[in-house]
Amino acid sequence: MADVSLQGVAKSFGATEILRDINLAVKDGEFVVFVGPSGCGKSTLLRIIAGLENVSGGEIRIGDKRVNELPPADRKIAMVFQSYALYPHMNVYKNMAFGLKFAKTNKAEVDRRVRQAAEILKLTPLLDRKPRELSGGQRQRVAIGRAIVRNPSVFLFDEPLSNLDAALRVNTRLEIAKLHRDLGATMIYVTHDQVEAMTLASKIVVMNHGRIEQVGAPLELYRHPRNLFVAGFIGSPRMNFIKGQVLRVEGNIATIGFAGTEAPLAVRPASLKPGDAVTVGIRPEHMEEGGDDAASLRGTIDAVEQLGESSYVYMRLASGDDVIVRAPGETDAAPGGSYTAHVPRKALHVFDAEGVSVLAERG
Amino acid sequence: MNVRPGRIAVHIGLILYTILALGPIVLILINAFKTRRAIFADPLGLPNGQTFTSIGFDRVFANADFGLYFFNSLTVTIVSLVLIVLIGAMAAWALTEYKFPGNTLIGLYLAIGIMVPIRLGSVSILRMMVELNLVNTLTALILVYVAQGLPLAILILGEFIQQIPKDLRDAARCDGVSEYRIFFSIILPLISPAIATVAVFTMVPVWNDLWFPLILAPGDGKQTITLGVQQFIGQYVTDWNAVLASLTLAIAPVLVLYLLFSRYLVRGLTAGAVK
Repeated sequence: MADVSLQGVAKSFGATEILRDINLAVKDGEFVVFVGPSGCGKSTLLRIIAGLENVSGGEIRIGDKRVNELPPADRKIAMVFQSYALYPHMNVYKNMAFGLKFAKTNKAEVDRRVRQAAEILKLTPLLDRKPRELSGGQRQRVAIGRAIVRNPSVFLFDEPLSNLDAALRVNTRLEIAKLHRDLGATMIYVTHDQVEAMTLASKIVVMNHGRIEQVGAPLELYRHPRNLFVAGFIGSPRMNFIKGQVLRVEGNIATIGFAGTEAPLAVRPASLKPGDAVTVGIRPEHMEEGGDDAASLRGTIDAVEQLGESSYVYMRLASGDDVIVRAPGETDAAPGGSYTAHVPRKALHVFDAEGVSVLAERG
Repeated sequence: MNVRPGRIAVHIGLILYTILALGPIVLILINAFKTRRAIFADPLGLPNGQTFTSIGFDRVFANADFGLYFFNSLTVTIVSLVLIVLIGAMAAWALTEYKFPGNTLIGLYLAIGIMVPIRLGSVSILRMMVELNLVNTLTALILVYVAQGLPLAILILGEFIQQIPKDLRDAARCDGVSEYRIFFSIILPLISPAIATVAVFTMVPVWNDLWFPLILAPGDGKQTITLGVQQFIGQYVTDWNAVLASLTLAIAPVLVLYLLFSRYLVRGLTAGAVK
């Protein structure tokens, strides 16, 4: 079991910078999820930790040891690939035992570990099968089994669920969460799916353009996104963004005008001055249907999506901004009609012209 | 049954080609068992009670050197084959997997080897072999055939190796498998269909070659079977029975090797590796 720490890690392919100044501390036993759009460098970062890519700068430490120069096999890691990467000409048992054979593990010990992993993953009846005779979910479990038998300090997962169908994905997600509880090992997991990130992680690392945008517990990111990117990335459907302007500033209270309403909000000292352009963010699920007061948004309905337990109302405000509201399942809203949604003041987010959150820390 | 006309046309084409390809072989086989008179009187007829004879085979076996020629051919072919496949696969793996300076240059150099026939260099090859004291040795033949077969082998095997998902090698590296082990335990088994293809493509020209045995190893009991057959072809008299019998015998080993490899020519071994 081990901590993982990255200090100033940078990576470039030729002139293209993939990763810039990555600093991150992963504590022993944590489940860390790297999440971000494709091309943000999250997979490259994982491969760097695995030792499959060299860094252009910075230091990687696993446990107390600098591992920059160590090959993957000596880093006490095990990696599960998106494509599973099972050896096609070996059966399940041999797939799991293959790596151990070269680690000078004696036969009985190899056998014990493989059978134990097979037991955990319910693979025992499949040990003699070849990968091509397995379903996608079973192959995924073999890939995880191959990682378990190595008894690594750190598990690395590279989008392990993206080749599975929706139902299996939920199942396997739960199995991975259970595995983490049972083994207590450090796990680093890469995904582009924010639902996977929210459900699995004890700590989420949101990445964009080769940089870390924010690190935090799932709910912390949801409640206090540090910037527009994180605010837009975490949460589904994504947060509504409405253009606004600072009307007045009195001490730490800035009054923001947006979409025909205004709201006084506690902001960080000296972060805004009157006249500044800002972006106001509000999540669809935090707005409430009806209510007609100073803190309400009014508009015409473009479309309504009914999901049963709730409905999403797409409306256009008089200011021209498009807003999604989560309404109750039995809403009367219909396209073409007018619609009013109450905006609770404490659910508002405000970002300055650079896209950085200016709200004062809230409890 | 619903058969499209296009498919019928394709099959007719293939059947015609098969007849064309098998024709000479069948001709050799049936005539090898006929008397000389019957060979000329009715070349296409099957041997019957009157025309059957094994005189050609008797003469071939009576010739003590024939077994030796056979053995020479087999040695040259098999050793060349093993060397070409082994060195070719290793070179292909190195050229596709590792990026090093000169990588592209070596690849291009090998591509030229495919385009330029090695026979153009016969004179210098002969001169080189004379200086190396390798004339009339099987080593000379093996060296030439390995050089002849390598470029194409590297090209074909390189293509196949590139198709092996990169994740497999990375997974093996994470498993702590050494680069040599990755090559021998993962890459080689996965490209076995390609190796079979290369083996067949390499083996047949080597076995059939007359040119290099003729100039590099024409004597000292180092003749190959193609050269050995020549002794039955005289300037004035040709012993057709013996020629056809020895050709029949010469076909057998390639046929066996081909059947051996053709099992692996079937593709799709990588199914189930990824996704």
